[in-house]
Amino acid sequence: MEEYTVREPVSIPRIGSPAPSFEAVTTLGVLRLEDFKGSWLILFSHPADFTPVCTTEFIAFAEIHDELRKRNVELMGLSIDSVYAHIAWVRNIEEKMGVKIKFPVIADLNKEVATLYGMLMPGESKTEASRCVFVIDPNGIIRAMIYYPLTTGRNMPEILRLIDALQTSDKHSVATPANWQPGDDVIVPPPNTQEMAEERMEAGYQCKDWYFCKKKL
Amino acid sequence: MACIAPDGSVTRPGRKMLEAMKAPRALEDVALVAEIPLYRVRSVIRELLDAGLAEEKDGLYSITGKGLAKLM
Repeated sequence: MEEYTVREPVSIPRIGSPAPSFEAVTTLGVLRLEDFKGSWLILFSHPADFTPVCTTEFIAFAEIHDELRKRNVELMGLSIDSVYAHIAWVRNIEEKMGVKIKFPVIADLNKEVATLYGMLMPGESKTEASRCVFVIDPNGIIRAMIYYPLTTGRNMPEILRLIDALQTSDKHSVATPANWQPGDDVIVPPPNTQEMAEERMEAGYQCKDWYFCKKKL
Repeated sequence: MACIAPDGSVTRPGRKMLEAMKAPRALEDVALVAEIPLYRVRSVIRELLDAGLAEEKDGLYSITGKGLAKLM
């Protein structure tokens, strides 16, 4: 008879659910998730300090840091390394690459936060976190998650675009189509009733059909 | 600790916050005056309160005599 390994299901955060609370040692001292209340937060993990893809990502995150802060978004990294390794690495990035890392980086040696957020992919690595991005809104709700494998560096324009799309959706109660960029037309949410569908067609939107309407902001 | 060094001295963000709290302020105002992100202010204030360098009354935070002595 074939044997199966039974594993406890791992609970991971889900879009629309509260982000799990934590208190963690970081390169900027002990921080709690609650410290970011009122701001958006991008919490991202990287596999390891002093590795090439992660170094390019840290530089890229640092390059969009000011743009994120203009959007009321804070940034926080995480890996399963010590705070001393983090300090040495960010100092090395500044010295060798000329880029100052101003955002905090969690030293998650006991994997507590990584486990809480489902950042560990044992099939890929048992010792490193994958490249995860969690977008947490000012109320502490997880609004988006991105997972990349160890081999592939993340795309910063897409992260900025995601923030712009989420904030635009919140502000105007709209959705955004594929490949949307700020300034493009947005999607009017589909109607829920027959009457709404009829009214929709007379509302002056750019409609292909009753369920597919766009408008300018 | 982030704002108190192992030798007991107050580090740069802690000093900037203590300076800002010479007048009682809400944390949001401390962040503005000290030019430190609010999330960091919330973290550092815990240490300053624990060390007795700052105190809170009615939601306003101010420097204590012990905190003033640290700025000398």
